[in-house]
Amino acid sequence: MGRITLEGVKKSFGAHDIIKGADLEIADGSFVVFVGPSGCGKTTLLRLIAGLEDVTGGRILIDGADVTAVPPAKRGLSMVFQSYALYPHMSVRGNIAFGLKMAGRPREEIARKVEGAAAILNLTPYLDRKPRELSGGQRQRVAIGRAIVREPKAFLFDEPLSNLDAALRVQMRLEVTRLQRQLDTTAIYVTHDQVEAMTMADRIVVLNAGRIEQYGTPLELYEHPANLFVAGFIGSPKMNFVGGRTAAALDATTIGVRPEHVAVNPGGADGATGLDWVGTVSVAEHLGSDTFLYVEVPEIGTITARGAGELGIKAGDSVRLRPDAARIHRFDANGNTISA
Amino acid sequence: MARRTSTTRTLVTTLAAWLVGFVIFFPILWMILASFKTELEAFSTPPSFLFFHWTLENYATVQERSDYLHHAMNSLLIAGGSTLIALLIAVPAAWSMAFAPTRRTKDLLLWMLSTKMLPPVGVLVPIYLIFRDFGLLDSRFGLIAVLCLGNLPIVVWMLFTYFKEIPKDILEAARMDGATIGKELIHVLTPMAVPGIASTLLLNFILAWNEAFWTLNLSTSEAAPLTVFIASYSSPEGLFWAKLSAASTLAIAPILILGWFSQRQLVRGLTFGAVK
Ligand SMILES: Nc1ncnc2c1ncn2[C@@H]1O[C@H](COP(=O)(O)OP(=O)(O)OP(=O)(O)O)[C@@H](O)[C@H]1O
Ligand SMILES: [Mg+2]
Repeated sequence: MGRITLEGVKKSFGAHDIIKGADLEIADGSFVVFVGPSGCGKTTLLRLIAGLEDVTGGRILIDGADVTAVPPAKRGLSMVFQSYALYPHMSVRGNIAFGLKMAGRPREEIARKVEGAAAILNLTPYLDRKPRELSGGQRQRVAIGRAIVREPKAFLFDEPLSNLDAALRVQMRLEVTRLQRQLDTTAIYVTHDQVEAMTMADRIVVLNAGRIEQYGTPLELYEHPANLFVAGFIGSPKMNFVGGRTAAALDATTIGVRPEHVAVNPGGADGATGLDWVGTVSVAEHLGSDTFLYVEVPEIGTITARGAGELGIKAGDSVRLRPDAARIHRFDANGNTISA
Repeated sequence: MARRTSTTRTLVTTLAAWLVGFVIFFPILWMILASFKTELEAFSTPPSFLFFHWTLENYATVQERSDYLHHAMNSLLIAGGSTLIALLIAVPAAWSMAFAPTRRTKDLLLWMLSTKMLPPVGVLVPIYLIFRDFGLLDSRFGLIAVLCLGNLPIVVWMLFTYFKEIPKDILEAARMDGATIGKELIHVLTPMAVPGIASTLLLNFILAWNEAFWTLNLSTSEAAPLTVFIASYSSPEGLFWAKLSAASTLAIAPILILGWFSQRQLVRGLTFGAVK
C-alpha cells in the first residue's frame, strides 16, 4: 500500500516561501510526475515527502497515517537520486543489500532478494564491482535496484535519467515504467522533461513558483489546461497565444491554439471563426515526420504551426493559417481558462 | 608527456631540494651524532663531525638513571588516549557541522580555532589549580584530558574539511535506506572518510607525543612522558649535551619511525584536505 496525501504542505527556507501550500492525493499504485520550470520547488516537494526536509506547515499522510514528524528512515519510502548517490566503498551487492541489512533481514533472504533484483535489472555480472567501475546507465540501475529491493510503499525519483544520453534515457524510461507496472508500487517522479512526463505518468502535477497549478492525467492537461501557465508549459512546440482584438472577438483576454491545431493553407473559404491568418514563413524546420513553421502574421505576431509529414514550404513563402475552432482555448484577464 | 624538462634543470632542482632537506634535517642529525660522543667531545670547538670516538656510554647511563620504557609507555598512553577520545568526540561534532549546519556553525568553528591562538601559559595557573584540587597532578588521566581538549579544535576542523567533501546525497540515501544516524555514521560516513580520519589521527598523535608545555608543568614522574624524560637532562647542576642528545634521540625514535611509514597520509593530513 502506498497512498500519499498532502494537506496544505508549506515550506520556507528562512524568509523565502518555496512551497506555498500543496494539497495532493496520490492513489496507491499510481505513477505521478511532478513537472515545472527550474527552481519551482519540485525537488523540495519530493524531499518533504521523503522526510529529508521538515515541513513549515501542513501535514503529510501515508496510508492515512500522519508521518509529518516521522524521520525518513521510518517512512518506508525509497528514493533514487539524480546523482545516483551510491555508496562508493561498497560493491553493487553491498549497495543493493544495504537497506535490507539496516532492516535486519536474515542473510539468506537478503542474498535471495539481491540476486532477484540484479536479475531483473541485468546487473548479475556486476554484483561484485564497485560503483566507480560501472557506466552511468549501470549505476542508474544499481540505484533503482537499491530502491526496489526493499519493497517500499512508494518510490521517489528525482530526475533519475537526466545524466544519461538521449538513447539510454528512452530505454531507461521504458524500463522504469515497466518495472513500476510490474511491481504495482506508487511512484513519484520529478522531471522537467515534457516527454517523460507525458509518456510515463498516470497523473501529472504541474508546479509553478511553489504552487500546484493543475493535477490531472496527461490528456486532461493537454486538452483542458486550467490556465495560461499549464497551457504554455504542456505541449511542444508551445501553444500559440493571441490577445487583443482577435481574442476580444471571442469574449476572452487571451486565446490559445496548439501548433498541431493550426491548419496550413487549408482548402475552401474562410472557416467558421473567420480566423484565417495570412503571414510569411520566417523559419521552416523539416523533421521528416513533421514540419514546424514559424510564421510572422501582421498585427498578431509569430504563430507556430505544425504539419504532419513534409509540407514543401520554405522560409519566405506566404501561407494561410487556420486554427481549429473546436480546439481554441480561451483565458480571462487572470489567466484562468474560461470554460465553454 | 606535454612538457620535457632538461636533464640539467632536473639535476639542479634535485640538488637544491636535497640541500634544503639537509639544512632542515641538520639539527636532528647533529643531535643524533652528539648522542654517540663523550660529554667532552660534545661541546668541543671546533666541533668534530664524523671522526670522533664513537661510544654507546650515554645510552647506557640514560637507561640506568631513568626508566626509558616507563616514560615511553606514558607517552604512548597519553598520546594514544587523547587522540582516540578526541576522535570519538570529534566525529559526531564534525558530522553535525558539515551536514546539519545552523546559522552559528561558522562562528562556532572559528571560535574553537581561536582557542588555539591563546598562548597556553595564559591558562596555566587556573589549570594547575584545578589539577591540584582534583588530585590530577602527575596523573595520566589528567594529561590525557588536557591534551585531548587542547587538540580537539584541530581534530574537529580537519574532520570537518574532510566530511565537507563527501556528497550529502550519499548520507541521505543511507537515511532513506532505513539507517539511523548512528548506523549512517558507522557504515557510510566513517568508511568513506577513512583516509581523512587516518591522517587526522596520525597528526594528532604526533602533536600529542611532542607536546611539552602541559606535560612538563603537570607531571613529574609517575605519569611523565618522554618530554619530561628529555628535560630532566638539562638540569641546574650542569648541561649534559651528550646525554641530553641520547635521551632526545630515544624519545623521537618511535615517532620518527611512525612518520616514515605514514608519510603519504601525513602529507595529506597537513594539506587539510585541500588537495584531493
Ligand atoms: N536548502 C535550501 N536553502 C535555501 N533555499 C533553497 C534550498 N533548497 C532549495 N532552495 C530554493 O528553493 C527553490 C526550489 O528549489 P528546488 O530544488 O525544489 O527546485 P526544482 O524545481 O527542483 O528545480 P530544478 O528543476 O532546477 O531541479 C529554489 O529557488 C532554491 O533556490
Ligand atoms: Mg530539482
